[in-house]
Amino acid sequence: MSSSPTKLDRAVDSSPTEGSGSVSNPERVRRWHLVVAAIGLVGLSLFSLFVGVSNISFTDLFSGDEEKLEIFFVSRVPRLFAVLLSGSAMSVAGLIMQHLARNRFVAPSTAGTIESASLGILVATMFFGTQSVMAKMVISVLFALLGTLIFLQLLRRITFANVIVVPLVGIMFGGVISSVTTFFAYRYDLLQTMSAWTNGDFSGVLRGRYEMLYFAAAATIVGYLFANRFTVAGMGESFATNLGLNYERTVNLGLALVSVITAVVVVTVGAIPFLGLIVPNIVTMSLGDNLRRIVPVTAMSGAAFVLVADIISRTIRYPYEIPVGTVVGVLGSAIFIVLILRGRTRAS
Amino acid sequence: MLANVTLGRSAVDDGTNRKRAWLIITVLGLAVAGATIAYMTMNVRGSWSFVFELRSRRVMAMTLVGGGIAYSTVLFQTVTGNRILTPSIMGFDSLYVLIQTVIAYFFGTSVFSNFGPRGMFLLDVSLMIVFAGILYKWLFGRKDSDIYVLVLVGIVFGAMFGSLTSLVSRLIDPNDFVTLQDRFFASFGSVDKDLLGIAAVLLVATSLYGWRLTRTLDVVALGQSHSKNLGVEYHRVVNKVLILVAIQVSVSTALVGPITFFGLLVANLSYQLLGTFKHRFTIPTAVLLGVLALVGGQLILEQIFRFNTTLSIIINFVGGIYFIGALIREAKH
Repeated sequence: MSSSPTKLDRAVDSSPTEGSGSVSNPERVRRWHLVVAAIGLVGLSLFSLFVGVSNISFTDLFSGDEEKLEIFFVSRVPRLFAVLLSGSAMSVAGLIMQHLARNRFVAPSTAGTIESASLGILVATMFFGTQSVMAKMVISVLFALLGTLIFLQLLRRITFANVIVVPLVGIMFGGVISSVTTFFAYRYDLLQTMSAWTNGDFSGVLRGRYEMLYFAAAATIVGYLFANRFTVAGMGESFATNLGLNYERTVNLGLALVSVITAVVVVTVGAIPFLGLIVPNIVTMSLGDNLRRIVPVTAMSGAAFVLVADIISRTIRYPYEIPVGTVVGVLGSAIFIVLILRGRTRAS
Repeated sequence: MLANVTLGRSAVDDGTNRKRAWLIITVLGLAVAGATIAYMTMNVRGSWSFVFELRSRRVMAMTLVGGGIAYSTVLFQTVTGNRILTPSIMGFDSLYVLIQTVIAYFFGTSVFSNFGPRGMFLLDVSLMIVFAGILYKWLFGRKDSDIYVLVLVGIVFGAMFGSLTSLVSRLIDPNDFVTLQDRFFASFGSVDKDLLGIAAVLLVATSLYGWRLTRTLDVVALGQSHSKNLGVEYHRVVNKVLILVAIQVSVSTALVGPITFFGLLVANLSYQLLGTFKHRFTIPTAVLLGVLALVGGQLILEQIFRFNTTLSIIINFVGGIYFIGALIREAKH
């Protein structure tokens, strides 16, 4: 299947964007934006590599100190990759989700996707034990997909789709699912195990324990290749069908990508709340909402956001670490509140 | 919507409603008494006095918590003029836990030896009144308070308070944290017995005071402009109710921890049962339902299914589903 039919490209480029109020300008995202973002990200990454309990400096890498080199390549580098991969993938997943649900407050953390993925991991653990990483991932992807589909079905029942009611229903739906998870975790004495994936934490990331995140990276790239289709799908079913898009198939593809990304991230590092919600919103607010153009910026911003949160979580209570999920939870919910209240004043 | 229903119903069939209300209250009262007796006496093995003391402490805690949450939810919904927002959904109980944690962070464990558990509790409650008031004024002081926006912001605030609590509790010295943990994370299984007495005093006092406001609250339920026209000092009543709610939320959270959807369930169930919004009836019905749900629920879980301390999980499951239903129903109008 060719990834970008020219007809769709033209349609996307000539259509005004709806929603956030900003008119899409073809040259809005300039190359220097990306260059500046990339330089910032590289700087942050380098900084992150040299933060930690054992003191490793840049010169140590060349002095041949084996112990330090080992820490560097077994712990620091994998950690950095895990942060970058999960941050960018979750943000892009949120961006895709926004378009599919046609609501800027819908993301894996406000649609029950993360909670369903957690329930999937619990089910996998109950049947296959704690060591079965592959089973956890597959079952978790299936649950994430199923949960998100149920949520979208629920949405169809809301005839008057208020922009606020949709995420509200989604958060509640997630709450109901996580109460099921807690119930069974409690019954089978798995509460302790469960806390590993309900709150994102990079402190356990070592070489050999994060590589599954490359699946999420692959899904992100597929999302980028099909970005134009998601943009068109975001304009509504009838409009998209008129433009020759197979709406149903596009939505299903998007949901599959979002489910894979969410499940993989939850299995390997744990849930990072609100990430897929706030990063795409901030990017869309300043750069319009043509997906193809803003996917790279969103991915980089998401990676940078998690990187900053991870650095905070490693330094705020040095030498102890705080789970990154907690830091992102505080920052993310504060930003989300601002977004809700801002959106309201702008609408009125 | 609330106002219309009140006016419409009470004008047409006030008499039959009153009889029905008294009947419901009597039946619920008997059910509560039955559940309590059953809970106290079922499957007693070993030392009677030990079991009696343990169970009576639990029944007392459940009565206070169930009643307190129900009472405060009804008052709060009247003042905010809606049926889906509750103090818990606004994040008040997470706020209480956060205040507790922040106090412990700044003063360490010494705060307990200096103030004692009761002094500490009173300090928490006073701060809670201040901060819950600020949160409420900030949210409801805006001109266009769309109810869904308030609910969403409230829920996200609750999530933020939760994250802040776990952040601050990790900043506390790990040794201090272990000593504090027991006191902080209350549940039905481990009721804080030092606080039972003072909790009872505070709840009874606030409930009696609130009872004096029932007729005024019937007017407040008509909305701000109507009640001002009818000569009610609207803002003063709202402030009083907020203080009552803050105290009652603190008390119930201190005893057993947050139970997000409990208030929503019992308050709405009592409106549905009664068919009237008169506070004389809704408050006692909701309180009895609250006590019955906790004592009866715990009875069924502990004695029949042999589960333990999963009651709040089940309440959140049922409550969440109810809440989604309520949202979808309301959004259709």
